Amino acid sequence: MATTVQNIIKKYNKDKTRLMDILIDVQSDQGYISKESISKIAAELDISHVDVEQTMSFYHFFSDKPTGKYAIYLNDSAVSNMMGRQKVKETLEKETGIAFGQVTRDGLIGLFDTSCIGMNDQEPAALINGHVFNNLTPFRVKEIIRDIKEGKPVEQMYTSAYGDGENRNVLVKTVVQNNIQKKGPILSEDYIPGIVIWKKLPQMTPEQVIEEVKKSNMRGRGGAGFPTGLKWEFCRKAKGEKKYIFCNADEGEPGTFKDRVILTERPKLLFEGMVIAAYAVGADEGIAYVRHEYKYLKNYLENLLQGARERNLLGKNIGGIEGFDFDIRIQFGAGAYVCGEESALIESAEGKRGEPRDRPPFPVEKGYLDMPTVVNNVETLCSVVKVILNGGEWYSKFGTKDSSGTKLLSISGDCKYPGVYEVEWGFSVSDMLEMVGADEENIQAVQVGGPSGSLIGPDEFDRTLCFADLATGGSLIIIGNHRDLLTDIVLNFTEFFVEESCGSCSTCRNIPYLMKLKLEKILDARGVPQDLKDLEEWGKILKFSRCGLGQTAGNPILSSLRNFRHLYEGKIQMDKEYDSEFDMSQAVKASCEAAGRVPILN
Amino acid sequence: MSKKIVATTSLAGCFGCHMSLLDIDEKILDLIELVEFNKSPIDDIKVFTKQCDIGLIEGGCCNSENIHVLKDFRKHCNILVSVGECAIMGGLPALRNGIPIKECLDEAYLNGPSVRHNHKGIIPNDDELPMLLDRVYPCHEIVKIDYYLPGCPPRAELIWNALVALVTGDELKLPYEVVKFD
Repeated sequence: MATTVQNIIKKYNKDKTRLMDILIDVQSDQGYISKESISKIAAELDISHVDVEQTMSFYHFFSDKPTGKYAIYLNDSAVSNMMGRQKVKETLEKETGIAFGQVTRDGLIGLFDTSCIGMNDQEPAALINGHVFNNLTPFRVKEIIRDIKEGKPVEQMYTSAYGDGENRNVLVKTVVQNNIQKKGPILSEDYIPGIVIWKKLPQMTPEQVIEEVKKSNMRGRGGAGFPTGLKWEFCRKAKGEKKYIFCNADEGEPGTFKDRVILTERPKLLFEGMVIAAYAVGADEGIAYVRHEYKYLKNYLENLLQGARERNLLGKNIGGIEGFDFDIRIQFGAGAYVCGEESALIESAEGKRGEPRDRPPFPVEKGYLDMPTVVNNVETLCSVVKVILNGGEWYSKFGTKDSSGTKLLSISGDCKYPGVYEVEWGFSVSDMLEMVGADEENIQAVQVGGPSGSLIGPDEFDRTLCFADLATGGSLIIIGNHRDLLTDIVLNFTEFFVEESCGSCSTCRNIPYLMKLKLEKILDARGVPQDLKDLEEWGKILKFSRCGLGQTAGNPILSSLRNFRHLYEGKIQMDKEYDSEFDMSQAVKASCEAAGRVPILN
Repeated sequence: MSKKIVATTSLAGCFGCHMSLLDIDEKILDLIELVEFNKSPIDDIKVFTKQCDIGLIEGGCCNSENIHVLKDFRKHCNILVSVGECAIMGGLPALRNGIPIKECLDEAYLNGPSVRHNHKGIIPNDDELPMLLDRVYPCHEIVKIDYYLPGCPPRAELIWNALVALVTGDELKLPYEVVKFD
């Protein structure tokens, strides 16, 4: 065991900024990270024990206890629950004889919950030792557990054909489905990898590239919508010995899975986008930060990078441009939603806890290893290739005035055709419902933009998807009339935020938890009108948090309070304004017993 | 306009929020033009002598006395404001909430590394002492709270703005720079 850990550390040159990779490899090799491993890593990297422990304890997929020879992580997202997770969960528990959070006594199987794994269009889904198992049913679970007990390797446990497109690639071989329902410039097959690098970049100065991107009016696709050209310009002008290009493929927003499809079907487009960005800002190193849930794509992606190096699309003097050197490495996360925030992502890539940094300075001035860094969303980097290929003006004609271009939507929930849709900005929610085969009359709500977005009802279905109206990072969840909105959606999302807070700001660490208690109180018919007021007041407090996760952690409750207030009011005791459930005699009982005194209760 | 009457208290807090109030510096002269203090450590009035308009509560409730004081404030104040993290969420004292109270007491009085001279193994039990609660409660779980003023402590400017808004009835402006967590 010690030698494997030693070899892993050696593989990363005892570089403490590669702590994430070291821990990922140890976890994957041994099923957990033991105290001995931690000591070894700390000693070899010349960092303290707690430095290793704090990074390790931050991420969901690291464990200090054995997780079983077969570690099963069952998705706990809202849509997974809508699609029958409960029965799958019960069957897993029955077949293994253990509860979730436990490992069988023989150390064979471990059962764990996990936040959305980016498979909302094929739920319920689980990860078993990193391999995806989708569309689970109780019957399928029985097959899987039988195979495990027979000792079958995970990759031989698939019973259906591999998924569509590159999911069948010999280096991927997964049952995951792309479900591409609508194509536009990004998903179009009409793309020759390397064409911009060979034909366009040599003719353009970096400034011209930035100018072209500015002309396209493109705004970042991660959700915040910052103008891409401007970001690049800031980074180009920033002073630093080295500059970095980051691709944010952390895609943790529940309900979002479009980056998974791009990584599977158009990874070359993405890498070419990173090369263009590098050329524009003058960077020589790129890191694609990919969420842990997509680790099944590792060999496939790394093989493509190697191919690109061989074709001079990466490496030295790229595309024949003298002095243009750039290479990309893939950094995997280890399960933390907050790492989708750009500064948290940088921290994580440096081998630390994924806590967002205080800003300013912004990453374009002081990012990875304190050097100027551009962090762009997968979709943004893909769009850039088409912008440079066809011109900024061409691109700006797609979409609306303030939101140019197309958007990849990840659509899931109660509809006939869940999957990925590339549409021009400016679509209305109604149009979208029609497109995905959802009957508007049977739909009570649509969650736009994941849990941090907004929950809207039928009277707002005429609103349009664009930055000026309904901005979205791309996730749309359709919720039918037969669902219990508060329990199935709002409570699930609130629990998600409780789980995913990095714990840095007390607001985000505590308020979502207090909100969850209040919501449970209301669902339990113990609520009073003051509870609704408190929820609204606390929502304002959350805005004080450092990053977007904390600031929006109250949104599931706040937007449902705004748009579905009747659901809350139907459950609370309207005749009381306030009631305290505090009981002094209960509250002092234990301390008085411990001290040996009689409580004075009047 | 007659002066609004303000009462303040620190329950399971560190008095940091009161200190932050004092950080309004020379504006304190404006403050006493604006409001009159009743029960408060600022003027050292120990008991309510009249009904107040505004009560500012620092700290959550960790013992029976905190509960009595908080209920007394609710009774005597028309508007009650939870000021600072402890009042709103329990704060640092609530770190003990995951540990049974008996374990906390044993550690503090019997087993802790700094315990000396407690040969009889006594956990303080005089009737004069407030009784400890099983956990630290945020104020809103005990009485109705009208407003929340977050921060650890809330910045002086924020407390000042809030007080002025409450006194004048104008809307409270909360620019992100004033309220941002760090």
